Amino acid sequence: MEHPNIMTTKPPRTVAIGSRNWKKKLSAQRYLLAMLAPAVVWAVLFCYFPMAGLYMAFVNYQPSLGDFWTSLFRSEFVGFEWFRYFFQNGDFWIIMRNTVASTMLTLFISFPMPILIAIALHEAKGILFKKTVQTVSYLPHFISWVIAANIIVTMLSSDGIVNNILKFFGVIKESILFLQEGKYFWWIVALGNTWKDMGYNAIIFLAAISSINLDLYEAARVDGAGRFRQIWHITLPHLKPTIVILLILALGGVLNAGFDQHFLLGNGLNRDYSDVLSTYSFRYGLQNSMFSYATAVGMFNSVVAFVLVVIVNQASKKLNNQSLF
Amino acid sequence: MFRKYPLSDRLFDLLLAAFLAGVFLVTFYPFWNILVISLNDATDSVRGLYWWPREFTLDSYRTIFRNGELINSVQVTVLRTVIGTPLSVLAISMMAYALSKRELIAWKWFNLFFIFTMYFGGGLIPSYMIIKSLGLIDSFWVFIFPGLIGVFLMILIRTYMEQLPAELEESAKIDGANDWQLYARVVMPLCVPVLATIALFVGIGHWNAWYDSYIYTYNPDLKTLQAVLVKILNQFQTGAMLTEAEQLANTNKRIPVSGESIRMAVTMVATIPVLLVYPFIQRYFVKGIMMGAIKG
Repeated sequence: MEHPNIMTTKPPRTVAIGSRNWKKKLSAQRYLLAMLAPAVVWAVLFCYFPMAGLYMAFVNYQPSLGDFWTSLFRSEFVGFEWFRYFFQNGDFWIIMRNTVASTMLTLFISFPMPILIAIALHEAKGILFKKTVQTVSYLPHFISWVIAANIIVTMLSSDGIVNNILKFFGVIKESILFLQEGKYFWWIVALGNTWKDMGYNAIIFLAAISSINLDLYEAARVDGAGRFRQIWHITLPHLKPTIVILLILALGGVLNAGFDQHFLLGNGLNRDYSDVLSTYSFRYGLQNSMFSYATAVGMFNSVVAFVLVVIVNQASKKLNNQSLF
Repeated sequence: MFRKYPLSDRLFDLLLAAFLAGVFLVTFYPFWNILVISLNDATDSVRGLYWWPREFTLDSYRTIFRNGELINSVQVTVLRTVIGTPLSVLAISMMAYALSKRELIAWKWFNLFFIFTMYFGGGLIPSYMIIKSLGLIDSFWVFIFPGLIGVFLMILIRTYMEQLPAELEESAKIDGANDWQLYARVVMPLCVPVLATIALFVGIGHWNAWYDSYIYTYNPDLKTLQAVLVKILNQFQTGAMLTEAEQLANTNKRIPVSGESIRMAVTMVATIPVLLVYPFIQRYFVKGIMMGAIKG
């Protein structure tokens, strides 16, 4: 659901009406404020408290010193020691390589697919056929990654369909154990991501296509343009702004390799390729109890990701006058 | 007036149809394959299974529905969906209504306060610590409260509310309605389409959630269906690394149900409810996405 809001334009400013007396306004808006209260409490407890908890990354957190906040402020302050530890040990480069490789490969495969699907759905004949394809193509988006991982594991198992197809065409003689050899992992995640979201992500391109004036196609036909040239000279140029924005946004997410797919498809044998920032932080924090180190890794991830989003937002503002915030 | 399409165009149509048929097959077949394996005799499945069950049996489903852990997990999942969805829709829609009023005190700050949470967070470990310090570990409410609000969903509802004709609220205001009454009696009934969309999103999110149950609960009675499925998947992933000899030894015994067929049956049980609400989502969510995307 990250995509749709990118088109959010700034709402028109309205001049505040009503009393300039702050207290009077407060009492006049008491119902509105009460309605907002649950959301404020939620954000403080589940968003801002954890942000304050990032202080863990700067101490040597000892859970034994009392409750969370007491332990946090009594633990020894170590500055950027955990960050230094992360950058200087060999894991950093492996984790960064896996994170970036996985997201970039995903981008490379999963970005063009929805565009192709949208164009094909727009051009193809047969309403019922198109509706069926479209409906089915959304489906994987609505299942959990747990189900998707189960499906992927089954398809890729030694007696699964993928191995059997490859054997049928004589590409391989012996089954490949795809999930046990790290070199296939990024491809599996990239194709899995594409499979899950290509139909869903086609919606936004379909919307953009449906707003193209049909007269343009008619004019092109009169000029003797074939179907392919119509797509090339009319459809694609109209999709360009959407494509550019979505591409920039996707580049902003280069460190956000999904936790679910890497955690669920990863295993001991492919770990050198499947371990990304989020799963690494998870393992060190919740399984090895290196809380401060794991927090530092997570914080590195969040801060860089946030900086990227800000940069991307600036770029999108410049290009299309559209802002995320 | 009959115009003959040139050959290249007909070829192009054929290519398009083939491509879309490919998309259909790639998205649909995996589900079908899972269903077929779950309905086939487990010993027979080892030979590979593609289109139809060769030796049809419901044994896998019988086994899982006799399993207390699984039945319990389905109950927990249904309960969190049924309790969590209306609470979320209520909280998010109230929030959206308040934030749809630009004259709200400190509107800009409230807005920034929430939007910021969409792009930055404390991450995994601090969140775990906070949830622990709030006493939510091994509590049913850990499924409800941390995910109560979705800021993005709020924006969808707010956008919808802002498009409603202002006259409706104004006339009710003249009749003496306060903000709560405006929200509950005037705005909410008009927002049914967008609320239905949000409810479906949130409901599916609850049904699909595994992480909170996996991380924040240790009590087996609080495991959701998806969390149990993660456990089964992990067992399978480790099991797949058994030596070949062990695998052979296992498959020589003739058994109608295996770890594999159970895994497929549980996967189907977790998928089917999504398939059942799917026609409804279909109708609403495209509209919902468009609202957020185009109107902004």
